[in-house]
Amino acid sequence: MKEHKNILIIDDEQVVIDSISKIAMMGDYSYETVMDAQSALEKISGEDFDLIICDIMLPGMDGFQFLSAIESKRIDTPVIMTTGFSTIENAVKSLYSGAIEFVPKPFTVDELTSVIHRGMKYSALHRMRKLKEDSVLIVPCPAKYLRLGYSAWMNLDFDGSVLIGATDFFIKTLEQIRKIELLPINEILTQASSAVKFETEDGLVHQLYSVISGTIIEINERLLNEPELLEKDPYFEGWIYRIIPSELAYEIKLLIPCSSDRT
Amino acid sequence: MFRTISYKLILVVSVTVILIIGVYSYFNIKSQSDVLQAEVERHANQLSESVKNSTRYVMLLNQREHIQEMITSIGNDPAISNVRILNKEGEIIYSAKSEEIGKMLDKKAESCYACHAENQAIEKLPIKDRTRIFKSEDNPHRILGIINPIYNEKSCYQSDCHAHSSRSKVLGVLDITMSLAEVDKQIYDNQIRELIFALISISGIGFIIGFFVKRWVDRPVKELVKATDQVAAGNLSYSIKNLSKDELGTLGKSFNNMTKKLDETNQQLYQSTKMASLGQLAAGVAHEINNPLTGVLTYSSFLLKRTKDNPQIQEDLNVIVRETVRSREIVKGLLDFARQSTPKKSLIDVNEIINRAEVVIKNQIKLSHVSLVKNFDNSLPRITADANQIQQVFINLFVNAIDASGKDGGTITVTTSQISASPKGITQIKNAVCAKTHSLMDPEHKLGGIPSIKFKIKSGANEGVLHLDPIYGNHRHYFGISIDKNSPLNLLCPVCDISLIDRNSKCPECGGPVYKIQIPNQGFVEGCASFKDNWQKWDLIDKAGERKFVQIEIKDTGCGIPPENMSKIFEPFFSTKGQRGTGLGLSVIWGIIDNHSGSISVQSEIGKGTTFSIKLPQGEPVRSI
Repeated sequence: MKEHKNILIIDDEQVVIDSISKIAMMGDYSYETVMDAQSALEKISGEDFDLIICDIMLPGMDGFQFLSAIESKRIDTPVIMTTGFSTIENAVKSLYSGAIEFVPKPFTVDELTSVIHRGMKYSALHRMRKLKEDSVLIVPCPAKYLRLGYSAWMNLDFDGSVLIGATDFFIKTLEQIRKIELLPINEILTQASSAVKFETEDGLVHQLYSVISGTIIEINERLLNEPELLEKDPYFEGWIYRIIPSELAYEIKLLIPCSSDRT
Repeated sequence: MFRTISYKLILVVSVTVILIIGVYSYFNIKSQSDVLQAEVERHANQLSESVKNSTRYVMLLNQREHIQEMITSIGNDPAISNVRILNKEGEIIYSAKSEEIGKMLDKKAESCYACHAENQAIEKLPIKDRTRIFKSEDNPHRILGIINPIYNEKSCYQSDCHAHSSRSKVLGVLDITMSLAEVDKQIYDNQIRELIFALISISGIGFIIGFFVKRWVDRPVKELVKATDQVAAGNLSYSIKNLSKDELGTLGKSFNNMTKKLDETNQQLYQSTKMASLGQLAAGVAHEINNPLTGVLTYSSFLLKRTKDNPQIQEDLNVIVRETVRSREIVKGLLDFARQSTPKKSLIDVNEIINRAEVVIKNQIKLSHVSLVKNFDNSLPRITADANQIQQVFINLFVNAIDASGKDGGTITVTTSQISASPKGITQIKNAVCAKTHSLMDPEHKLGGIPSIKFKIKSGANEGVLHLDPIYGNHRHYFGISIDKNSPLNLLCPVCDISLIDRNSKCPECGGPVYKIQIPNQGFVEGCASFKDNWQKWDLIDKAGERKFVQIEIKDTGCGIPPENMSKIFEPFFSTKGQRGTGLGLSVIWGIIDNHSGSISVQSEIGKGTTFSIKLPQGEPVRSI
C-alpha cells in the first residue's frame, strides 16, 4: 500500500511553497513539496496524492509538459495550475491541457482555499466514480455542448447567441450554495475570467470562469431565488447567462467537446 | 586617374576627332596643292606660248643676238629659273644661262623625256604632257619644267636664211623651268595651319567634354560615393542635395528614397524590438513580482486570522492586504499593456473620460499655450467601452493636436453629441463565406485599411478577381480584369468555384443578377452583381434600423495633415514626428475604436487644422433575432 498524502505542491520559489503549505495546513491537509516537475514525477510514482498544485514556469520541465507527462503515465490525480505569468492564454491552455483549475498568482488565502476545497472534492468524486462504474454519480453535459475545463459549459444556440452555465461536476464539488452573485446585463465577459461567484454554506466563495468572451444579453434570474435549479437541471433550466460571443471562432478551438466524455 | 570616365571619354573623343580632322586635312591640302600646281602650270604654259610667239618673228629674221637678248631678259624674272631653246639634236642654242649655250643634252634628260620616252620621238606633244616636275641637285625646291615644241612651218623653210628644210616637222624645243618654291611654301603653310586647327579643336573638345563630364558625371558620382560611405557608416539621415534632372539625378533621388526607407525600417525594427523587449520585460517583472506578492498576501491573511482579538493590528493588516491586491492589479495591467489583451468593457460616461484625459495632459496644454474648449452634451448616454482604452485614445489625440498647434498655441475644441446613422457606410463585414463556408475575406488586399471581400470573377473568356469594400453600403469594388459591363458576369468562390449568384432574385434597381454571400451568424448580404448600381442589402442590419452613436469630435487649429499622408496616418509606424514619435499612436487608436465596433474619420485642411471624429455605438451590439 502506497503512502497517502492530500496535496503535492510543485513550485520553484520557497516563499510560494511556504504560502501554499500554510494554506494547506490551515485546511488540515497533509502535503509534500518539490521544487521541480521531474522530482514531482518521482514523488507521484512512490506516493499517492489527492491533488497536485503545480506552477507553470518551472526549471527544466514546465507545467504543461508535466501535465502531458502524467497523462501519458495514466495518472489521473487532478492538477491545479498556478503561475505568476497570469495571462488569459495561460489559463485557457492549462484548462485545455487537462488541469482542473487555474489560479493566478498572487492569490489570497480565501481564493486558494476555495480552489483546494473544490479540488479535494473533485478528487473524491473522481475516485468514487471509478469504484462504482455503473452508477451515474455525475450527470455529464449533453454531447453537443462544449466545456472549459471541467467546470463551465456553453451551448451555441441556433440564433448565434450562446448559453453558458456550470457543469453538474462543478456544482457537486461545492457545498450547499448560499448565494449566487451574477454580473449585470451588457457586462462584457472575457474567456477564463471570473463570471459567477457562488457563496457556499461553509463561507467559501467559488468563482466560475466564463467559457468564452462576449456580452451578456440575458440572465437566468430564476437562479437568484432558486439556486437549487443548478443542482436539479444544470444543463437546461439551470443556465446562467445568454451572451453574444465576440471571439467565438478563435476561442471555440480551446474548448473540450462534451461528446468526448462519453466513451 | 586615367581610369576615370572623363579621361576615357576624352581619349575616345580625341582619337575620333584626330581621325576626322586628319582625313579631312589630308584631302583638303591635297586638293589645294593640286589647284595651286594647276594654276602654276597654266601660267607656265601661257608664258611659254608667249615666249614662243614673241620670238617667232625674230627667228624668221634669224636675228640670233636679238633672240638671245630676249631669252636672257625673260630669264631675269625671279619666278623663272631658266629659259632655253634647244634644236632638234638636243643642242642648247639659246639659254638664259649663257654658260649652257652650245651644250648637248642627252635625249634621256628630263626635258626631253616627254617626247623621247619611247626612244622614238613623238612629233605632236599634247599640252597636258608638256609639263614635268623634278628636283635638281643645285636647287632645294621643286622645279616645274615646260617644254614647247617649235614646229616647222612654211614661213620657216621659205625664210631667207634657209636654215630648215621643209621635211622636218619639229625644229626645236622651247624649255622653260620655273621654281615651285612659292607654291611649296604655300602648301607647307596650309599644312601648318591645318595642324594648328586640329590641335586647337582637339584640345578644345577635350576641355569642353572634360568640363561637362566633371560637372554632370564626376561630381554627382563623387556625391553618391560619399553618400554610400555615409550610409555604410550608419548615418541613415544623410541625403544627397542639389540633385540634377538627368539619370544620375534620378539615381540620387532613388538613393535618397532608399536611405529614407532604410531609416524608417530601421526605426520600425527598433520600435518593434523595443515593444517586444518591453513585453518580455513586463512578463518577466510580472512573474518575478507575483511570487513575492503571493507570500505577502498569504502571510498577511494569516496574521489577520491570528490577530482577531486586536482590532488595531487587524486594521493595519487589512491595509496591507488591500494594497497588495492593488499591486496585483497593477502588475496585471502591465501584462495587459504588453500583450494588448481584450478590452475590459463597462458602462462609461464619455464626458467624464474626456475630463480624466484632460487632467493627464493639463501641464502640456499649459506649456504650449493651447486652450481646450469643451462642448459637452450633458444628456450623453453611457456606453459600453473600456474606460482606460478610450481615455488612451483621447490622450493620444490631444497630444497630437497640441503637437500640431506648434509654438504659438491654438484652440482644441472637443464636442460630444448623440447621432443616429444608417448602418450603411458604417457597418463592417468582418467575415463572409460561400455556400461551402470557405472564407471570402482577403487580408492581403485591404480597402481603407480593412480586409476586403474577394470574389473570383468570370466575364466571357476573362477570369480574374474582384475586391469588394467590406463596409456595408459602400459597394466600392475593384476589378482585377477588364470586363464588358454588358456581358453576363459570373461571381465565384475563389476557393471552390461555387457560384455566388442567387438565381432567384433580381437587382431591384437594374434588374440584373444578384450575388448572395453568407455572414456567419448574421444572415446574408446581397448586392447587384452586374455592378451597374450600388444596390446592397443586409436584412439583419437593415432591420436593426438606424443605430445610435455617441460622437466625439476633436478639432484643432494646427498645421493640418497633407493630403498625401491622409491614407497612411492609421498605418502602424507611420510618423511625421521623426525620432519623437513611435508611429503607433493613431494605429493603436484605430485598433481600440475598431475593437469597440466604432469608427474614426479625419478631415484636415493644411494650415487650418484637423478634425478627428469618433463614433462609438450606443446600446447593445447587433444580434440576430
